[in-house]
Amino acid sequence: MPSLKDLRNRISSVKATQKITKAMQMVAAAKLRRAQESAEAARPYSQRMSAVLANLSASVDSEDAPALMTGTGREDTHLLICCTAERGLCGGFNSSIAKKTREDARALQGEGKTVKILCVGKKGYDILRREFADIIIDRIDMREVKNVGFADADAIGKRVIALFEEGAFDVATLYYSEFKSVISQIPKGQRIIPAADAAEEAETGSSSIYEYEPDASAILEDLVPRNISVQIFRALLENAASEQGARMTAMDNATRNAGEMIDKLTLSYNRQRQAQITKELIEIISGAEAL
Amino acid sequence: MAEGFNFELVSPERLLVSAQVTEVVVPGMNGYFTVLANHAPTMSTLQPGVAEVTETSGKAEKFVIFGGFVDVTPESCTLLAESAMRVDDIDREDLRQRIQDAREDLEDAGDEQARTKAQGYLDQLTTLEKAILPA
Repeated sequence: MPSLKDLRNRISSVKATQKITKAMQMVAAAKLRRAQESAEAARPYSQRMSAVLANLSASVDSEDAPALMTGTGREDTHLLICCTAERGLCGGFNSSIAKKTREDARALQGEGKTVKILCVGKKGYDILRREFADIIIDRIDMREVKNVGFADADAIGKRVIALFEEGAFDVATLYYSEFKSVISQIPKGQRIIPAADAAEEAETGSSSIYEYEPDASAILEDLVPRNISVQIFRALLENAASEQGARMTAMDNATRNAGEMIDKLTLSYNRQRQAQITKELIEIISGAEAL
Repeated sequence: MAEGFNFELVSPERLLVSAQVTEVVVPGMNGYFTVLANHAPTMSTLQPGVAEVTETSGKAEKFVIFGGFVDVTPESCTLLAESAMRVDDIDREDLRQRIQDAREDLEDAGDEQARTKAQGYLDQLTTLEKAILPA
């Protein structure tokens, strides 16, 4: 049975924790709004980009298209790019992305393919290295980055393209968490190389009458790498919004749990205090009676 | 009054302009060109330079563009810039940094093709610096 002092200590420590989780929740809410705004601001660019890309790929022969677009013709080596957060305490956010990556990696390995993993963000690396330490080829730290800028995504994109040109992999898939709402974030895998699959999904409009400067395949060559950076950028922004959303929910729950715990502890504290008063009274009374 | 058309300037971070305009001058890969309403459908990559936008109200604005591409149709013009900002907002330090980066890229360039590309980019940047930042 804990003493009164122990209970008091516990209550005050839970109260302190509650204050922290409450503060984290509010910070996450503020950051979420900003992250959501920047994710929305980036949307027009990626939409236009895919429209233009669809237009272009319709008018360029597949033989002229760059390898990034059509792939290497093989599907032996897969690169999984796992984008996670730098910080924990955000519910199942990091682990659900890592889980999805892990499942797909296992499935691909089961099919006899070679799998390589590129980790963006610290948490995904921490989770995945336990199982896949030998196939994680690189990790990119985003610790220094406060607000994700296009330059950050571009750096990752260039890295991926350089790997592709070295022939390090045939297919690249990007793993991130899609932001549906504050309470729902869905881990997603999206194939970014070869890009042809992605472009086919988009509607092809009137394309044949375009004039190209310098020429269609040159534009495509310029555009496809940029598109990869844009996709990564979008994933990072979605991730940023999802992370804050997940953290907000997690911290809200934590605050509520702490509240319940305080109530319970206060109840048993009061009960014990009462018991002690009663005990002392009995001692006094029985002492007086003995006289 | 000249006929207006829809113009959008988008960078990955945000939508900078979405307005009815009468005239846009863009820094195409093969030289500057002007887009008016009912322009033939064109798609072009861009070099670093200044895009000049004249809105239907007659208000003119200038934007610095660092690479990207433009998609022109008879009724609209969409400029997707890798990075863009208003000329007034440009920061000398930022531009210098970019030139510095371009120089480093040039030094790192492995083969002839990459070197030519990096050199071209650097030249465009220095021209741009001279044009918008009179010493």
